[in-house]
Amino acid sequence: MTHDGRLMKPARDVGILGYGAYVPRYRLPATEVERIWTDGEGGTPINEKAVPGLDEDVVTISIEAARNALARAGDAVDPARIGAVWVGSESHPYAVKPTSTIVAEAIGAVPYTQAADWQFACKAGTEAMQAAIGFVGSGMVQVAMAIGADTAQGRPGDALEYTAGAGGAAYLLGAAEDALAVFEGSFSFVTDTPDFWRRAYQHYPSHGGRFTGEPAYFRHITEAAQGLMAALGTSAADYHYAIFHQPNVKFPQTVARQLGFTQEQIAAGMFVGDVGNTYAAASMLGLTGILDVAAPGERILLVSFGSGAGSDAFSLRVTEKIEARRNRAPATRAYVTRRAPIDYAMYARYRGKLTMK
Amino acid sequence: MSVARNWRLQQQRYRLTGERCDTCGAAIFPPRDVCPECEAPAKTPLVFSGRGEIYSYSTVYHPPAEFETAAPYMVALVRLEEGPMVAAQLTDVDKGSVSIGMPVEMVTRKIRAEGDEGIIAYGYKFRPAGI
Ligand SMILES: [Zn+2]
Repeated sequence: MTHDGRLMKPARDVGILGYGAYVPRYRLPATEVERIWTDGEGGTPINEKAVPGLDEDVVTISIEAARNALARAGDAVDPARIGAVWVGSESHPYAVKPTSTIVAEAIGAVPYTQAADWQFACKAGTEAMQAAIGFVGSGMVQVAMAIGADTAQGRPGDALEYTAGAGGAAYLLGAAEDALAVFEGSFSFVTDTPDFWRRAYQHYPSHGGRFTGEPAYFRHITEAAQGLMAALGTSAADYHYAIFHQPNVKFPQTVARQLGFTQEQIAAGMFVGDVGNTYAAASMLGLTGILDVAAPGERILLVSFGSGAGSDAFSLRVTEKIEARRNRAPATRAYVTRRAPIDYAMYARYRGKLTMK
Repeated sequence: MSVARNWRLQQQRYRLTGERCDTCGAAIFPPRDVCPECEAPAKTPLVFSGRGEIYSYSTVYHPPAEFETAAPYMVALVRLEEGPMVAAQLTDVDKGSVSIGMPVEMVTRKIRAEGDEGIIAYGYKFRPAGI
């Protein structure tokens, strides 16, 4: 199949002016989940996951990541000139009332701005980023902010309880001339796949057993990555770094190998083992970790995955502006290694699993 | 607190927005439209840096209504870098880790929620500076 004409690229080049990460400080070791539900005999897919504090949710996590992105952008962005504030998540605090307006108010972007919440499981953030590329690239706005953030819940005892983590990543997109990394193009691959879902009014998600691996995660990431590289005429060797969505440690390692990438290429952006699957934030958080260490001229491949299902792939090239900006906010690795471990009982309290009345 | 009152206080709560006195230069928080230093009218908005240090602190074990689910929690008087003193909750702190003079920074967090159906109020708290 030819991918001619399927490369998504705006009329004028767009890049990242500032980026920011945030991960809550609390950690639930996977051994705690294992202790409660399998008597310590089940095996664990990660070391531990990040848990939001009692006063944290997708709004507060998004605000922290957004402020870090603004700090990095510095003089390149006046908050009042941000033309769109978009937040992708599957755990927006309200069913009806946007997260994005609260975030826009908190960072000083209101009232002359576009605001919207996006949802598509774990790729809600990258689709906001893709739309922001179009918004800026068409000249409709000068600067747009795309955020991926989640405080995902797993049903007690379910396999997802080990990994459903919390975190956020925010990106300010604007003209390529002012950017610390420039988008070379993006590519999406989407099908109707019943691998994972949550119905309205339900607290916990369900998953379709045999659909979760091969026909969902691996097929969509592979098609999006190969489609993008075919359209750009690139191969794995052209990229210094790559990020593939991280629902656990094994999946991104495996898909990287299948696509011809080494474990060294993905190492700087791999955080799932220590913070869990941060859902809409996961691949975007990985990109912040890579921007923390990448050198000017280096290329990065980013591929998200959202259940339901689809993948967005992006090719980026880092510019010399990265050097001056990266140290204006905390490195993602610092958030990942900062930890306050809690036990299952405290986790049950923090995540609202105790019945109070 | 009413939905309307929450909404009126949003700017000051989300971003620590106060005022600057154009007459004597004092930084004012919370905003009151009159300078507490020189009594001149003061209406120029000022977004505070959010940096400050702990002046005094205490732990709340018996909280007022609407804050029960958060207890025990710490509260502090914070001396802002720009001068004013502000009372607020501390967050992301462990028992025994807080001291007078400790540098802190503003963070926007959930303050309270009116049950499962009401509005969620967000506002400033302070946490140890840096990570
Ligand atoms: Zn005055």
